[in-house]
Amino acid sequence: MTALAVTTRRHNPDLAEWARRDSWTIGLMVLLALLLGFTKLIQPNYGAFGIQGLGISIMPLAFAAVAQAIVVIAGGIDLSIGSMMALTSVVAATQMEGQSGTFGVAVVAGVLLLGIALGALNGALVVATRVPDIIVTLATSFVWAGLALLVTAAPGGAAAPWLMSLTTGAFLSDWLPKAAIVLVVIVAAIWIPLSRSRLGVSLYAVGSDQLAAFRSGVAIGRTKVIAYAIAGLFGGLAGLSLTASTGIGTPVPGPYTLQSVAAVVLGGVSLAGGRGGVFGPLVAVIVLQLIQNDTTFLGIDPNYALVVQGVILVGVLILGSLLESRRAG
Amino acid sequence: MGAMTIATTGLVLEATGISKTYGAVVALKSASLAVRPGEVHALMGANGAGKSTLVKILTGAVRPDGGSIAVRGRQRTVHSPAEARHGGLVSVYQDPAIIPDLDIRANLRLTETRLEPFRHWLAEFGLADLDLSSLARRLPLASLRIIDLARALAIEPDVLMLDEMTAALPANLTERVLEVIGGMRGGDRSVVFISHRMSEIGSVCDRATVLREGETVGVVDVTAGSEERIVDLMLGQIVEQVIPQAEHAAARDETLPPRMSVQGLSQGTRLHDVSFDVHPGEVLGVVALEGQGQDELFQILSGARRPSSGQIVVDGTSVSFRHPADAIRAGLVYVAADRAEALLMQRSVRENIALPFIARIGRWGLIDLHREGRTVDEAVSRLQIDARAGNEVRRLSGGNQQKVTIARWVAGGVHTMLCFDPTRGIDIRTKQQIYVLLRELAEAGAAVLLYTSELKEVQLVCDRAIVIFGGQVVAEIDRADADEATLLHAAYHLQSGAALPQELAATAVEATGGEEPAAATHEPEVPA
Repeated sequence: MTALAVTTRRHNPDLAEWARRDSWTIGLMVLLALLLGFTKLIQPNYGAFGIQGLGISIMPLAFAAVAQAIVVIAGGIDLSIGSMMALTSVVAATQMEGQSGTFGVAVVAGVLLLGIALGALNGALVVATRVPDIIVTLATSFVWAGLALLVTAAPGGAAAPWLMSLTTGAFLSDWLPKAAIVLVVIVAAIWIPLSRSRLGVSLYAVGSDQLAAFRSGVAIGRTKVIAYAIAGLFGGLAGLSLTASTGIGTPVPGPYTLQSVAAVVLGGVSLAGGRGGVFGPLVAVIVLQLIQNDTTFLGIDPNYALVVQGVILVGVLILGSLLESRRAG
Repeated sequence: MGAMTIATTGLVLEATGISKTYGAVVALKSASLAVRPGEVHALMGANGAGKSTLVKILTGAVRPDGGSIAVRGRQRTVHSPAEARHGGLVSVYQDPAIIPDLDIRANLRLTETRLEPFRHWLAEFGLADLDLSSLARRLPLASLRIIDLARALAIEPDVLMLDEMTAALPANLTERVLEVIGGMRGGDRSVVFISHRMSEIGSVCDRATVLREGETVGVVDVTAGSEERIVDLMLGQIVEQVIPQAEHAAARDETLPPRMSVQGLSQGTRLHDVSFDVHPGEVLGVVALEGQGQDELFQILSGARRPSSGQIVVDGTSVSFRHPADAIRAGLVYVAADRAEALLMQRSVRENIALPFIARIGRWGLIDLHREGRTVDEAVSRLQIDARAGNEVRRLSGGNQQKVTIARWVAGGVHTMLCFDPTRGIDIRTKQQIYVLLRELAEAGAAVLLYTSELKEVQLVCDRAIVIFGGQVVAEIDRADADEATLLHAAYHLQSGAALPQELAATAVEATGGEEPAAATHEPEVPA
């Protein structure tokens, strides 16, 4: 009883460790491969064009899921993401309309700053008032949604042409949609340095065990505000990609808030905080989108399609937690 | 080892006049602590004397109301653990400050700890081949405690504080830790050591500062035989009896069969073969230092946890509980120290008292409001609950809240009441009312099991007491003999000299689930 079990090194520690730690993402990728196979089966001519469409259609939800993942990892939840997307999207579309391309660049920068500010405000309210995250962000979601309607009451505005061309078509090969490349480059450029910094470690620490993090010297409040601010940045990116893919700004929030929560959970991020990453949720977004595409293609009544999606989501989560507990036990 | 060039004549740490109150509860009145370079300094005190609060203040987890802290002659304000660390004060607690979802390397980065000294200390503790990329949650708790300590040592603090760090370590590791700490004596750095085990104090400490009721009452050189002096200081002069001694009439009748009989109860490594009887009309005290298995015992009896072996016999029938509801049905009702554990804080006094009552009789039928009202009113007046703020229990004082948790059981009629430190953090007047109530319940034929961290309550309320140490019942003391000194000696398991029997020392220490030590009646220390 007094012996200390110590994990021993393996022959290939990196690969083994990766497989062990990211087993959820790996499982998710297997699920994705199966889904792609199934898609090819029911749509024999599904190919490069389908992949390109997929690339564009996942973009807004993908950014939203990354935003949600970062907040959830830090032990919070952001229910204002959908409204934040609507607000940033209409601001971008109305400001870009009829302006030059260079002005459009300034608008993009401004909209991203707006996203950061909205997120930081969420975080500051959570920290300063000690009101639970879910309440604060539910309240701000109404505020952002109202502001979006004040900016423009009806869908309108326009996206800068360069912004739209950034997300349509393919790059180098027909199989590489530009939208997916832009998505992966942006997420990787922000997330990889972040997750290796002390700040990134602090995010996980705060979400995992707040008391231990505090005793380890982590500034809990500051870390939370930064987590929300980064989520705001990704929320802004999600809003911009909405404008880019539709060409206009829509002031009514889409279903993105709850879908982002679903993607985060399906992507292996623990809602209790501290566990997971952003690449799992990205894969989860593709899975969710493919399921939707397939149910549409099969001509399933959209209402039934929703039921099917829900059942698949719950089924995957039950299976996953069963496998996890078996492995842990 | 470090490059410190400060003269070694001064004190490494000097804290003076530290005070802290939490609402009406005074945790520290005027505590002081002076630590010389190169010494291992014990901080001693009975439960609730303020040790933990003082350590939390010194490490920046809690802000003091007054007093000053100087490290190597320089005044320090420590507002966060990070500031304390930079000021040379690092603490290791019983539950390691290791983030479970990060690997060890990331945990080190969090505290800006260098790798080479960390590896050196790990090797000292026999963990040389630990894989730093293992996720903390996959490592055994004992390893995490050692990792936490090695990390603290690697930071090379001026003062290392060990707050009951050895309380849950396996015996061989405790020995190793004591050796390493002993090896630091005579150097430039110092250790503040908190432990409930006199043998550890005797083997490793140079001096001891003793706290009592939030004040420093003495500093003792630790030598052979100084244990008695330390215990005397911890006790102070025996406090005047606070209530007129209730006539402990012969309510307890040995000829009656026991109301509850606990036989050979064990729970993992925390509880070993615990047996005792409680008779109708009796208040049986349970005395133990923190973390000796009393938490598990009460959890098992109240149906919140299942024993690994042994049985509970209630009124001659063997029972097994899957859920607290089973325990309640068997007549075992539980009053916790932490009111928040028992009450629906946002609901009214009335609903809180009626809840178990409704859950029992009203399962399928309508709630008989008239009858409910009468029962609740009776309970409220019987316990003299000040229910002016009765719409929301959370607005009541702590004492009145505790009365509500007791009233809910009294309302339904009590067979067996399990009280876990029910007077913790409660004002003296309410305490007395609770004492009187417990006696009345016993005289009306109920059996009461009372764990208390206030030793004087044993003679005030109990008919006899059992003492638990290392998960075993080590003594049974009748009321007449149960003065504080006797109880404390028994609780430290001191009667046969200072050394612990080896098998007890080994069993006293196995890992728990990493719960926060139950000392704090205070607000959570994380400010977020």
